[in-house]
Amino acid sequence: MSGITAERAIPGAPPREPSYLTAKTGLASWLLTTDHKRIALLYMAAITVFFFVGGAGAVAIRIELFTPQADLLSADAYNRAFTFHGVIMVWFFLIPSIPNILGNFLLPLMIGAKDLAFPRLNLASWYIFMAAGGLAVYTLLSGGVDTGWTFYTPLTTAFSNGNVLAAAAAVFVSGFSTIATAVNFIATVHLQRAPGLTWFRLPLFVWAIYATSIVMVLATPVLAMVLALIFAERAFGIPIFDPLRGGDPILFQHLFWFYSHPAVYIMVLPSFGVISELVTCYARRRVFGYNFMVYAILWISLVGFLVWGHHMFVSGQSLFASLAFSLLSFIVAVPSAIKVFNWTATLYRGQIVFDAPMIYALGFIGLFTIGGLTGLFLASVPVDIHVTDTYFVVAHFHYIMVGGAVSALYGGLAFWWPKITGRLYPEGWARFAAIMMFFGFGFTFFPMFIMGYLGMPRRYHVYPEEFQVWHVLASAGAVILAFAYLLPMGFFAWSLIWGRRAPANPWGATGLEWQTSSPPPEENFHTPPVVEQGPYNYHPEHAGPPALEREQHQPQGRQP
Amino acid sequence: MSDIAARNAALRQPWRSLRRQREGAAFGIWIFLGSEVMFFGCALLTFAVYRSLWPDAFAAAARETNITYGTVNTALLLTSSLTMAAAAEGAAAGLRRLTLCCLAATVAFGIGFLVVKGFEYQEDITKHLVPGAGFRLEAPQAQIFFAFYWLLTGVHAVHLSTGIGIATVLGIQAWRGSRMLASPAFEALGLYWHFVDLVWVFLYPLLYLGGRS
Amino acid sequence: MTGLGEERPASTAGIWRATLPVWAGLMVLLVATLVGAYLELGRFNLVLSLGIAVAKAALVVVFFMQLKRPDPLLRLAACAGLVFLAFMFTLTYADVLTRAPPTQPGTVMPRSIPDRPAAGQRAF
Ligand SMILES: [Cu+2]
Repeated sequence: MSGITAERAIPGAPPREPSYLTAKTGLASWLLTTDHKRIALLYMAAITVFFFVGGAGAVAIRIELFTPQADLLSADAYNRAFTFHGVIMVWFFLIPSIPNILGNFLLPLMIGAKDLAFPRLNLASWYIFMAAGGLAVYTLLSGGVDTGWTFYTPLTTAFSNGNVLAAAAAVFVSGFSTIATAVNFIATVHLQRAPGLTWFRLPLFVWAIYATSIVMVLATPVLAMVLALIFAERAFGIPIFDPLRGGDPILFQHLFWFYSHPAVYIMVLPSFGVISELVTCYARRRVFGYNFMVYAILWISLVGFLVWGHHMFVSGQSLFASLAFSLLSFIVAVPSAIKVFNWTATLYRGQIVFDAPMIYALGFIGLFTIGGLTGLFLASVPVDIHVTDTYFVVAHFHYIMVGGAVSALYGGLAFWWPKITGRLYPEGWARFAAIMMFFGFGFTFFPMFIMGYLGMPRRYHVYPEEFQVWHVLASAGAVILAFAYLLPMGFFAWSLIWGRRAPANPWGATGLEWQTSSPPPEENFHTPPVVEQGPYNYHPEHAGPPALEREQHQPQGRQP
Repeated sequence: MSDIAARNAALRQPWRSLRRQREGAAFGIWIFLGSEVMFFGCALLTFAVYRSLWPDAFAAAARETNITYGTVNTALLLTSSLTMAAAAEGAAAGLRRLTLCCLAATVAFGIGFLVVKGFEYQEDITKHLVPGAGFRLEAPQAQIFFAFYWLLTGVHAVHLSTGIGIATVLGIQAWRGSRMLASPAFEALGLYWHFVDLVWVFLYPLLYLGGRS
Repeated sequence: MTGLGEERPASTAGIWRATLPVWAGLMVLLVATLVGAYLELGRFNLVLSLGIAVAKAALVVVFFMQLKRPDPLLRLAACAGLVFLAFMFTLTYADVLTRAPPTQPGTVMPRSIPDRPAAGQRAF
C-alpha cells in the first residue's frame, strides 16, 4: 500500500556494526558519558519518570472531578495535586522533552557534527536536571505546594502553608540545566555545521531547536531571579512584593509571565520542527516556503517576548498596557498561522502515507490550530475578561501543550526510533495508538471549552451539578488518552528485543542523520559528510512528484 | 614543549582547530553572559520600578549605606579587572610568569572585596539596616530598598566567589603545568570576571550614590 | 599562536601598555561619579551616575572583554541580552506608568494579613 513500508522488508539482518550503544559497556560508561546520543537516552529515562509522576497528578484531578462533590481529595489536597501536576509537567516534562531527548540526539547528526560543542557541559546539565528533579520529588513527599504553578505573590510569600521554598528551589535549579543545554545548542549550530551546510540549508528541526535555545537563554534567567525574589521574601521576610510596605504584587506577575509566555514557545517551537520533518517525509514533498518557515520561527521567538501581559488582563494592569499586549498577541499569531498554512500546502499533491508519525503530525496540525485560534479569543480583552480562570483557558493551553507538544514528541519518537535504537516499531499498533491519542485528547479537552464558556472556574474540586456531564466526558476521555500514552511505551520497549532491525534509512528521508548507520557509530559519521544542497529533496525542484510511481529522493549530503 | 604540541594538547573534542575552539569558548561564555544580563536585569527592573514609585524613601535609604566601603570596593574590583585582563592576555601570549602573578593578584583583589564587604555587612547589621522589626528608618518603603541592597550585593558576592574559585583552580593548574596556557579557559574566566565587575559598576551608583546631594 | 587575536600584544610590557590606560580611565570615571553624586543636580544626579556607569561598562566591554576584535558573532551575542532587556523595561513601564490610581501600589492595603509570619519557620 505504501512505498515507505515496502522498504522495511529487508531480507535478513544486515551485519551489525559497532554502534554508540555497544561501543562501551557498564554503568559508568553511561553515567559518565559525554556522547550526546547516550545523554539523550539518559534524558529520555528521566523525563519518562517525570511524565508518570506528573501524570499521577492528572489522574488524581480527573478522578476527583468525576463527581460534583469532594470524594477523593480535600480542597487543600486538590490544590496540591494540580500544582504538582503543573510544576512537574511544565518544567520537568514539556520544557526538556523534545529539546533534550530529540534535540540532543539529532542536532549534531543533522548538522554533520561529531558531538555538541561542549560535551561535558551537556552531561553536567543532565546531573543538574536530576538534582532539580530530586528537589521536586522531595517537595511532593514533604507535603507539596498549594499555590498553583504560577507562584503568585502574596499567596506564596505570606499565606501559603505549602512547601513553596523547595518547589521554587527545584524550578530554580532546573533553570541552570535549561540554560546550559541552550548555550550548548546555540554554540553547536553556529560553530559545528558540516562543510557546505549553510544557514538556509539547515533542516527546520535545527532552526526550531536553535530558536528555542535563544528563548531559553534569555527567558529562563528572569524566572530564576523572580523565584529568588520570592524565595528571599518568604525565607527571610525581606519585603519585595509586600503591599503593606509599598511592594507591588502585579510586578511579580509581569516578571513571571515575561518568562512563562516565552516558555510556551519553548514547549511548542521544537514541535514545529518535528512536524516539518514528518510532514515532508510522509508527503514526499519539499516543504512549502522554506524561507518563510524559517522567518516564522525567528519571528515567533522574537515577538513571543512582547506579549506576556495577555495573562494579566484582570490583574489590575493598566488598560493601556492591556491593549498594547492584546495587539501584540494578535501579531504573534501571524507566524504560527504561516506555519500551519505551509504544512497544509506541503501536503498538496504529495504522496501522503498514513504511517503512525504522519498521523501524529496531522493530529498536531489540527489540535494546534484549535489551540491557536482559541488563543486569539483569549488575546482579545473583552472575551478574556469573560473566560479568565475558567476551563476555557485550561482547554486552550492543553490543546497547545498536550495536543501539540506531546503529539509531536510521540510522532518524533516513532519517526526517529529506528535511528535511536536500530529497531523498527510495530506499525499497526503505532497507528492505533496515534489515532487513539487524537480521539482521547478530543474527548478529554474539548468538553472543557464548553464548560469553561459556560462558566466553570478552574482550580475547584467541587462544582455545580450542571457541569457534571462535561466532567464525566473529560474523565472518560482521559482514560483513553492514558492508554494512548502507555501503549507506545509498551511496544517501543517490545521492539528493543523483538523489533526488526532497521536499515540506515527506513523511511527514505533526506536528512544527514539518515546517512549514517542505525544506530549511529560513536563518532556519528565514519567519514564527515559534505553538504551540497538544501533539505527535503524529495523531488526535483519546481516539479511535483509524479502521481503514480515513487519519486527518487536525494539525500542532503554525500560522503566524500 | 613546542608550540604545535602545546596547541594539540589544548585541543579538545569535537573541535577541528584550536582557533575555532577558542571562538567557541568565548561565544559560549558570551551567550551565558546574555543570560546573566537578563538575570540581573530582572532584579534591576524591579528596583527601578520601586525607585520611581518611592523616590524619597529610596533616597533616604541610600544615604544610610556606607559610601567609603562602597567606593573602596569599586576601586578594588576595577583593579582586579585590570589584572584579570592582563592574565588572560598573558596566557594567550604564552607568558607564564605574568599569567600566574596576575591571576594571583586577581584572586587577592577578589578576596579583598569580600573582606571589605564583610565589614560593611557587619556595620549594616549593627545599624539595624536589615528589613523587618526594629528597622532603622521610618518609611516602610525604605525597607524595600534594603531588601534589594542585601539581595543584589549577596547575589553579586556569590558570583564573585564563584569567579574566585575558578580563578584559583585555573591558577593552580597552570602553576602545576596540568593546564596549557593556550587553553581557552583563561579567556573564558576573564569574560566572566569582567561581567561580575560590570554588575558592580551598576550596583555602585544605584545603591551607594543615591540621595547624597 | 594567539588564536583569535590578530593584533594581540605578545610581551609583558606590551600587555601593560594596552591595559593600564584603560584602568586609569576607569579610575578617573570612578572619582568623577563620586564627586558628581554630591553636586546638586536634582534628578540629573541619577542620569549622571548611570551615564558614567555606562561609560565604565563600555571601557571594560570594549577593551578588557575584547569586543574591539572584529568578531561579529561575539558582538551579536553581547548585544542580544541588552535588546531583550529593553523590551522588558519598556513594556513593564508601559503598565506601571499608566496604571489607574486604585491599582497603584500603596493606595489599597490588604484587608487580611497572614496569621503566621512567613519568614523562617516554614522554610523547607
Ligand atoms: Cu501567553
